[in-house]
Amino acid sequence: MDNPVSPRDAASSPDGANSSSRAGAPNGASAPVGADARAVGEVLLEIQGVETYYGPLRALSDVSLTVTEGTVTVILGSNGAGKSTLLGTIMGVLDGQPQCGTITFGGERIDGMATEKIVRTGISYVPEGRRVFPELSVRENLAVGAYTVRDRQSTRRTLDRVYDYFPLLADRQTQPAGTLSGGEQQMLAIGRALMNGPRLLLLDEPSLGLAPILVRQVFDIISQICDEGVTVLLVEQNARMALKVADDGVVLENGELVVSGTAQELADNDEVEELYMGTASTTSELGTAPYSSEQGARHDVDQES
Amino acid sequence: MLAQVIAGGLSAGSIYALVALALVITYKTTEVPNFAQGEMAMVSAFVAYILMTDYQTGFFVAFSVALVFAFVLGIGFEAVILRRVRNPTHLSVLVVTLGFQLALFGLAGWKWGAEQRQFPFPVSANEVIRVGDVSVSTLGVATILISVVLMVGVFAFFRFTKLGVAMQATQQDSMAARINGVPTRRVVGLTFGISSVIGAVAALLMAPVITLDTTLMWDPLLKGFAAAVLGGLNTPVGAVLGGYLLGLVENLFGAYISVEFKSAVAFLMIILVLCFRPSGLFGRHRTRKV
Repeated sequence: MDNPVSPRDAASSPDGANSSSRAGAPNGASAPVGADARAVGEVLLEIQGVETYYGPLRALSDVSLTVTEGTVTVILGSNGAGKSTLLGTIMGVLDGQPQCGTITFGGERIDGMATEKIVRTGISYVPEGRRVFPELSVRENLAVGAYTVRDRQSTRRTLDRVYDYFPLLADRQTQPAGTLSGGEQQMLAIGRALMNGPRLLLLDEPSLGLAPILVRQVFDIISQICDEGVTVLLVEQNARMALKVADDGVVLENGELVVSGTAQELADNDEVEELYMGTASTTSELGTAPYSSEQGARHDVDQES
Repeated sequence: MLAQVIAGGLSAGSIYALVALALVITYKTTEVPNFAQGEMAMVSAFVAYILMTDYQTGFFVAFSVALVFAFVLGIGFEAVILRRVRNPTHLSVLVVTLGFQLALFGLAGWKWGAEQRQFPFPVSANEVIRVGDVSVSTLGVATILISVVLMVGVFAFFRFTKLGVAMQATQQDSMAARINGVPTRRVVGLTFGISSVIGAVAALLMAPVITLDTTLMWDPLLKGFAAAVLGGLNTPVGAVLGGYLLGLVENLFGAYISVEFKSAVAFLMIILVLCFRPSGLFGRHRTRKV
């Protein structure tokens, strides 16, 4: 299995494209992969007018968003803005949500579907806080990731690919996941999500709590994963780093989508710069985005606080 | 003498180990011991008894049907009763298992009375096999063999099959299992089914030793619970070892110190373990993020 050396310029290997379209998506649209840049395909995920509630509290109001196949899209926003809620809503892990709106993935309505069925349509999710299975070994964790895959040989191939991305996991195959460090658990969580060969990968704050060098490594890998044909939707507080790997971005504020555009547009947007990247170059890359106290006060709306 | 006592301890320990294993498997899922476990097993044993006496089926048919019944009972208990608990807390789930235990006990008493029945079993509790100085009843040997085979099978299932690993994953983090495509509801139901079958095997091995009545599983359930606490409620292997350890200690105590206080040993051991090693002899303390 060839492993692209440099994530950005490497053209996707045909293997990568194959394994990413193996996800068993019912309509079987193969991931188009260009040679020069990330191929921009059609709309893979379409969210329209979604509203999510926690009890009486509205956490998302009228959020609409499209994710194009083969791109990295980043969702920025302060604590409690509803970023994690949005991912949770897509994945169907919030009971009875969304209350309004539609979510379409690869032409199929997925809102209201059971989570385990949504997984089978080709979406994988790395939740906040990693959520690895602490008593299972690294290898068993990855095996659970491949639960929906029948074909043992393709699982074997995907496993090799995951070990290529994260050689460290290969060294610790038999170690219980609970004994791994935070960074290692993050890698395991990403690896586990890749095991069912998703077409769309949802990542919730992959850089949270990681050392700067690991943050860079994780983002390199995200970029590499996308180059191999997996579409990525990413929630991140580390806006500076995220906008470097992202193609598109949106900003959520208090449950509403306030800005959307290409990553470049967002990076050039003064307001975004001020709110999420700190003032100019003094902010370090690992720092979480500063937020105004006014926004910080809205914690209660979102579970992520 | 010593070898004889140990053999008796292993045979009693097998029953405790089975009950402890059954308890731990569901405990890991709900974090609450299923106190209805014993009565579920007792009712399953009655099913076998009725098939053999009223319908004159052979033992193996009755045994198999009873296990299928136990499986369905376990799944049904989870799907029809436990899952309906709204906003489950540990206490409410605990109360539900106690309620189900009382309901089953009441129903069994009403249907089958307090009469003690001889439970037919293909091997006898009186025939003995002699190895050197040690003589063990054929029933004792069968108990040990069947238990060991069953437990090895259960462990292999959890360790080596995809479904078994997914079950463990569901026990450890049900949401994380779901986002990996594991149908957690069905898996939890299956967990209760398997646990109920293991309990039923214990009851079917216990019934011929004493007699079959509705209190059949009271003592084994308490001892099995003690064994699980002793070995560690979070570790199936620990619970099984706890079962054998309890069987051995209990028998040694009965033989060399006091027969009258034999049963008290189990509870003395629990107290000591809870004082000095609350997560059990073989358990690891696991902190849980809320």
